[in-house]
Amino acid sequence: MTAVQEQPKQLDETGDVVTPLLELANEKNKRRRGLLLALPAYIYIVLFFALPLIIVVVYSFATRTRTGGTDLSGWNIEAYEKLGEPIVRDILFRSLWLALITTVICLVVAYPFAYFLATRSPTVRNIMLVFVMIPFWSNFLVRNYAWRVLLGNDGPVSQLTEALGLGQTTILFTPTAVVLGLVYGFLPFMILPLYASIERLDWSLIEAGRDLGASGFQTFRKVTLPLSMPGIIAGCILVFVPSLGAYVTPEILGGAKTTLLGSYIVTQFLTARNWPVGASVSTVLMIVMLVAALTYFRSGGKNL
Amino acid sequence: MTAAVEIRGVTKRFDDVVAVDSVDLEIADGEFFALLGPSGCGKTTTLRMIAGLEFPTEGSIRIFGEEVGTLPPNKRPVNTVFQNYALFPHMSVLDNVSFGLRMKKVDKTDARAKSMKMIDLVQLGGMEGRKPSQLSGGQQQRVALARALVNEPKVLLLDEPLGALDLKLRQEMQTELKSLQRELGVSFVFVTHDQEEAMAMSDRIAVMHDGQLLQVGSPEEIYERPTNRFVADFIGQTNLIDATVEDDDHIILTNGTRLRAPSPHEPGTSVAMSLRPEAISIGPRGSVPDEHSATSLEGAVASVTYLGHAVDYSVKIGWIDLEVRGGATAGGQRFEAGDEVSVWWDRTSDWVVAD
Ligand SMILES: Nc1ncnc2c1ncn2[C@@H]1O[C@H](COP(=O)(O)OP(=O)(O)OP(=O)(O)O)[C@@H](O)[C@H]1O
Ligand SMILES: [Mg+2]
Repeated sequence: MTAVQEQPKQLDETGDVVTPLLELANEKNKRRRGLLLALPAYIYIVLFFALPLIIVVVYSFATRTRTGGTDLSGWNIEAYEKLGEPIVRDILFRSLWLALITTVICLVVAYPFAYFLATRSPTVRNIMLVFVMIPFWSNFLVRNYAWRVLLGNDGPVSQLTEALGLGQTTILFTPTAVVLGLVYGFLPFMILPLYASIERLDWSLIEAGRDLGASGFQTFRKVTLPLSMPGIIAGCILVFVPSLGAYVTPEILGGAKTTLLGSYIVTQFLTARNWPVGASVSTVLMIVMLVAALTYFRSGGKNL
Repeated sequence: MTAAVEIRGVTKRFDDVVAVDSVDLEIADGEFFALLGPSGCGKTTTLRMIAGLEFPTEGSIRIFGEEVGTLPPNKRPVNTVFQNYALFPHMSVLDNVSFGLRMKKVDKTDARAKSMKMIDLVQLGGMEGRKPSQLSGGQQQRVALARALVNEPKVLLLDEPLGALDLKLRQEMQTELKSLQRELGVSFVFVTHDQEEAMAMSDRIAVMHDGQLLQVGSPEEIYERPTNRFVADFIGQTNLIDATVEDDDHIILTNGTRLRAPSPHEPGTSVAMSLRPEAISIGPRGSVPDEHSATSLEGAVASVTYLGHAVDYSVKIGWIDLEVRGGATAGGQRFEAGDEVSVWWDRTSDWVVAD
């Protein structure tokens, strides 16, 4: 008790006396009140979000019985060892690769668009934002089938290339088709955070850059880009993570040769009835995503 | 000698708003020049056109004789201190200050040394590692100043740089800015809507109103010899009395009173007589000296405000109230509300201003 009173008075930079105890008490109070308000959300998350995750992790250490059931008694890492097998490894790398390409294409396409959007008048912005959202109004599955028609052997794209004398287009059921579909599906998730962070930019900073002798490009690299980094990182995660685990698009546009993680997991659960392996792949996927998210927060992107 | 900045017939329109209206202006090398005017009069727009952040709709701008027309800002030998400072939030003080040098590909150690020197000059030594968000308003203001000055601009443009500071800091910075400008010998173009600030700091002042340049001159000229009603009213305190020019030595007030006041205006022109409170003498009714008999009016004291160093009288003269400042010392005679008095002033053309 007395130790507290003997604490020397702290001075902050301006030389004002700081009373750490009062501040601390106030902080504590605030935190307690915050916790109370957030309690329903916590309960919801624990019940419906964390619990299934835990089940997945637990199952990934279980054994498949001969009849296709799951035996929870003998804990082992066989399911993880299976991930080292060439087939699974190939699928893992292919998925990572396609997700990466998808993310990069989305970023390159979305950034100029988001920048353009953020520099329009408010009316134009709102209209264009609605256009960005329009795809969400129809079913994702239906839209993927539409792409199948579009890219099919006698589809519009193929007809066009034929008319131009370039021959038939045969990209349906190839990784290219999957990337096209993924870019199409996830582009809005890149555009929106980018738009939000660019729109928030203080334009006088860009003027200051130009005024201080930077060319347009230099200003972009030194000022605009670093300041829109939270949006870039958020957009990349929002595209990369679902691309990595995508199921519908690869299934519809990718054909049999390009099995990706999503399809593999579904096969393990439903067809091969090997739940532990399905669960272990899911767990690895989750860890990858967790690392991505942590990277994001560590890079200072707390404001999105 | 070529002017640091020469503006000829510059007009700037935003759609149908005329922000700057055919302005002609010359700013000399090494001059502390203020652009003064009420909000929305086009000061910032004028400054931004010099900086290249805005291009004129019409007219020509030269910087040390070179036409800058539509040259982008990074190609102009000027730098700006922005109204909100516009410091780069993701860079340290040092990186902010050395930004311009780095863009010009100045050798790294040189850039650092120069920047540190400039940081010391604006008294921020030891804070070079901080981010702008960790600085007070006054410190941020200094960083903005250092960031611009380190590039050795031929002209420094400042857009209400002291606007966000409290009064005391503002006054300190006024003195500092002024001495910094003297030391460096660089032309400063300083935008402000505060006439006292402009008077205290500038070699010359340009008064703007509704996009037009009304008068350019030294603080004394602007204060003592305003050329039009707006300038007389905007700078300091004054009594404006409507009148019409009768001949080259007389004006007639709206109630028919004839006063002596030489003016260069044509007979019949509507003018205003601008009488500063301290330029008016006050005395008991009938005590007007002979030589002032044609430059005097009679009235009664309506109210008295004691200011310590002076006394302000409001004198009712028929249809107008004149503010008169009298000395509070023993020598000066004091009057009470209701006293019958005469007021008079010197015969000069300086105070007849165009409408
Ligand atoms: N980008 C713009 N688009 C349209 N109108 C503008 C623009 N910039 C300025 N204006 C208009 O031009 C006029 C002059 O503006 P300016 O910013 O130069 O005024 P100011 O004298 O700096 O005023 P303040 O003291 O309030 O900063 C104003 O009427 C303003 O509304
Ligand atoms: Mg302004």
